[in-house]
Amino acid sequence: MSEEEATASGFEPKIIAFLCNWCSYAGADLAGVSRYQYPTNTRTVRVMCSSRVDPVLIIEMLIHGADGVLVGGCHLGDCHYITGNYYTEKKIKLAKKLIEKSGLNPNRLRLEWVSASEGERFSKVVEDFVNEVKTLGPSPVAGKNPDVDKLEGLFVAKNAARDFRLRSLVAREINLTEKGNVYDKTISQEEFDNLMDSAIDEEMARQKILLMTIDGPYSVLDIASQINLSPEIVLQHIVTLKDRGLVVVDRFDGVMPLYITPKEEVLR
Amino acid sequence: MAMEIKEPRIGVFVCHCGVNIGGFVDVPDVAEYAKTLPNVVHAENNLYTCADDGLTAIKNAIKEKNLTRVIVASCTPRTHAPLFMRICEEAGLNKYLFTFVNIREHCSWVHMKEQEKATAKSKDLIKMGVARAVLLEPQEEVKIDVRPSSLVIGGGIAGMTAALNLANQGFETHLIEKEPELGGFLRKLSTLYQTQESSAKAYEGLIKKVEANDKIQLYKNTTLKSLTGYIGKYDAVLNVNGEDKEIGVGTIIVATGADEYRPKGLYGLGEHDNIITLTDFEKMVKEDKVPADLKSVAFITCSGARGQDKEYCSRICCTVTVKNAMKVMEMASKGGDAEAKVEEASVDEKAVSDKEEEKAEEPEEEEGESRRRSRRDRRGRRGGRRRGAERGEERPKERGAAVDVTVFNRGITTYGIEQELLYNKSREQRVKFVRFVPENPPKVSMEDGKLTVSYYHETLKADRKMNPDLIILATPLTQRPDAQELSKMLKVPLGRDEFFLEAHVKLRPVDFATDGIFLCGTAHGPANITEAVAQAYGAASRASIPMSLGYVQAEAIVSYVDRERCSGCKSCEVVCPYGAIQFDEEGLAEVIVAACKGCGTCGSICPEKAITMTHYTDEQLTAEALAALEEVGT
Ligand SMILES: Cc1cc2nc3c(=O)[nH]c(=O)nc-3n(C[C@H](O)[C@H](O)[C@H](O)COP(=O)(O)OP(=O)(O)OC[C@H]3O[C@@H](n4cnc5c(N)ncnc54)[C@H](O)[C@@H]3O)c2cc1C
Ligand code: SF4
Repeated sequence: MSEEEATASGFEPKIIAFLCNWCSYAGADLAGVSRYQYPTNTRTVRVMCSSRVDPVLIIEMLIHGADGVLVGGCHLGDCHYITGNYYTEKKIKLAKKLIEKSGLNPNRLRLEWVSASEGERFSKVVEDFVNEVKTLGPSPVAGKNPDVDKLEGLFVAKNAARDFRLRSLVAREINLTEKGNVYDKTISQEEFDNLMDSAIDEEMARQKILLMTIDGPYSVLDIASQINLSPEIVLQHIVTLKDRGLVVVDRFDGVMPLYITPKEEVLR
Repeated sequence: MAMEIKEPRIGVFVCHCGVNIGGFVDVPDVAEYAKTLPNVVHAENNLYTCADDGLTAIKNAIKEKNLTRVIVASCTPRTHAPLFMRICEEAGLNKYLFTFVNIREHCSWVHMKEQEKATAKSKDLIKMGVARAVLLEPQEEVKIDVRPSSLVIGGGIAGMTAALNLANQGFETHLIEKEPELGGFLRKLSTLYQTQESSAKAYEGLIKKVEANDKIQLYKNTTLKSLTGYIGKYDAVLNVNGEDKEIGVGTIIVATGADEYRPKGLYGLGEHDNIITLTDFEKMVKEDKVPADLKSVAFITCSGARGQDKEYCSRICCTVTVKNAMKVMEMASKGGDAEAKVEEASVDEKAVSDKEEEKAEEPEEEEGESRRRSRRDRRGRRGGRRRGAERGEERPKERGAAVDVTVFNRGITTYGIEQELLYNKSREQRVKFVRFVPENPPKVSMEDGKLTVSYYHETLKADRKMNPDLIILATPLTQRPDAQELSKMLKVPLGRDEFFLEAHVKLRPVDFATDGIFLCGTAHGPANITEAVAQAYGAASRASIPMSLGYVQAEAIVSYVDRERCSGCKSCEVVCPYGAIQFDEEGLAEVIVAACKGCGTCGSICPEKAITMTHYTDEQLTAEALAALEEVGT
């Protein structure tokens, strides 16, 4: 469905809302008790803490055609699990960056803090988000004719969200920027973000390569032209991936090695 | 998947909730739809599923249809899940095989004008519930032993009260106090506003009892050095006079109190000897060092509170201010005090001998006594006093009110029955109350070598000035500087105002979110002794529950580490708010089930996908959410 068609046919976005049991879900309960009306577009999944919501889970929703994903937690400082939502914030930040890299508008993901006493605010949040998603239009990967590039982008992003380095960094963002590392040195938020951004770029590139080599074998040159990176950089990534056992040389085309992802790794 | 071994048999119960749901959602249609969903072998609608016949219907269906999963689509799990889970259990179904679908708060009540869409949404929500239910697994809640002993941190009135209470119940109690003496903040005070008696009376008796109690291990000059463990089994290392001492307890009570806030420079505090705080003044009174020649005294309430530095109201300072304003009046009306001799200076007013002064103090004593009499008795007295006042007797003014006392305030909070009367009394005694607005507080300066307060008189609508001899700032209670460290050690939070934060402001006021740790007294926020003591009893009583039982039932919703996958990266340890992750000899992560609260923060960060959250697994959440995306339903 194109955007124009959507508006004409009264596009009703499908929105998945992950709400934490203690605040946002309770806020939604209060909206009900107080009869604050809001659009019917959200489908709620209750989680104990907003920090339970894995970036992988969010991207999975988008892959399956969700037009928007709402994550609701307690206000900072009010988390039932003390500091859980500080990590929610970092996880959502990563998810948004990955979504953007995959070619979708990161505003399709929204994080909101709603307390158990903010029934009216909950209804406003939903209304506002539904309107925003309506202006963004239907998800480009939903429906019968999905945008294949973007869909592939989301797959790559989902795999990147599983990456060891990105996840370890997210876990340590607060410690590194606020409390200091093992040597009691903190790094500035800007330095951290730069570090994170380049890690994301590298990981997205590696995942793109992997997505190709699953159906391999391919040469470095094949890959480079396909994913628009210089052969030098692709070679660097291939070396890293080879170290991790994620690609192996399948055979040689003349002197040129052709790489493939081994079967066990595809299944992992 | 479990499904392949044995197909789950799901029963769905859709509730009308009278017209609450039935009036806006086509409930019978929804129940019919539920029957078409995979693995659903039974679906019905009930007028009130939570009423007796609804509950019986669930039990019967479990037995007759061999249900292995139950779904109720009705109100909110936050209020009704325990009931339905219990019913499942009574019918022999593990309660974790129950799924709640909220079609009232999250649907019928918020889409009252869109019945078709609300019905479609209800169907979707049930479809999601079914997708989740299929993947559920039974869970067991394990029992954890609780040691019958407690650690109380802080030997102020709250800590001592809690410790005595626990000891009297027979629990071994370790009371630690970082100062060389017990008593806490009360040691700094002169008289208490409740009784007008020396504050020592409030704590000296308690100290004796604490020291005499052989169930209380008392450690002075002692702080907590480190802590490991969880409810039932906390292992603490104490720093006793610089030496380590290890103790093991089942529960912990935090009673570390609060400090007085001293905002340097605010209203000139710290820049002039005669600009002091309430606590300084208390000390002056206690040590008999109030200058005898005071002609004019100004109090400024809410100094550094209620939006000025600190956001909160410290609650007690208004009453303490009123009490001390009257104290100043009283002292002056006695024509100076004993200190006048020491302080030499203005001799002209010193007509009153020490003897007379003693006499003058007697009624005060009597009044202290009277507090302990019955309410009726007191009313009689009050009436008497008022009549006396009407006749113009006993008014300091008549005795030649030697001192002018002005209380600059933003409204007086002398909350409580007695305290409000104290305020009335202070007005009778001609203490002046001048209101100011936060945007235009009084200004303190030195003019011609004199302390000057310039202010805007809201009633007279005019700028005015006065020259007090003494300015007393009512500053709020504030958290102690070492609380941050303690909060990290105990893994319990501080709130926005830096005070220790309870688990729930209304329902769990003396619990921390972390099981087995409780709080009382001003560590939690400004409170008077009455409140601190009540909290101490509360905390002691809460702590005694698991200790008397001897065990706690651990959560079944916890995280679980797959050792095959764990690489020992410690990401989970970094993010866990409860210190519930420990590492074994091989450096692999292990969850302390008793400490885990099941938030899932670790599960969604583990880079090796080694962590599973029971009852909220990736598979369950994904299936539930994806079910909503399968087809159009909006
Ligand atoms: C000026 C003023 C006047 C007041 N007048 C009155 C009054 O008239 N009537 C009234 O009811 N209330 C009054 N109050 C309030 C009263 O002081 C408090 O309610 C009371 O002191 C609270 O007792 P607590 O045990 O909670 O804390 P505290 O009295 O502060 O005791 C806490 C104890 O814990 C110890 N401690 C702190 N940290 C640690 C640690 N890490 N390890 C070990 N020990 C630690 C401290 O040394 C202290 O002994 C007044 C307060 C002020 C500021
Ligand atoms: S985060 Fe995962 S891999 Fe890292 S230590 Fe914890 S369980 Fe092991």
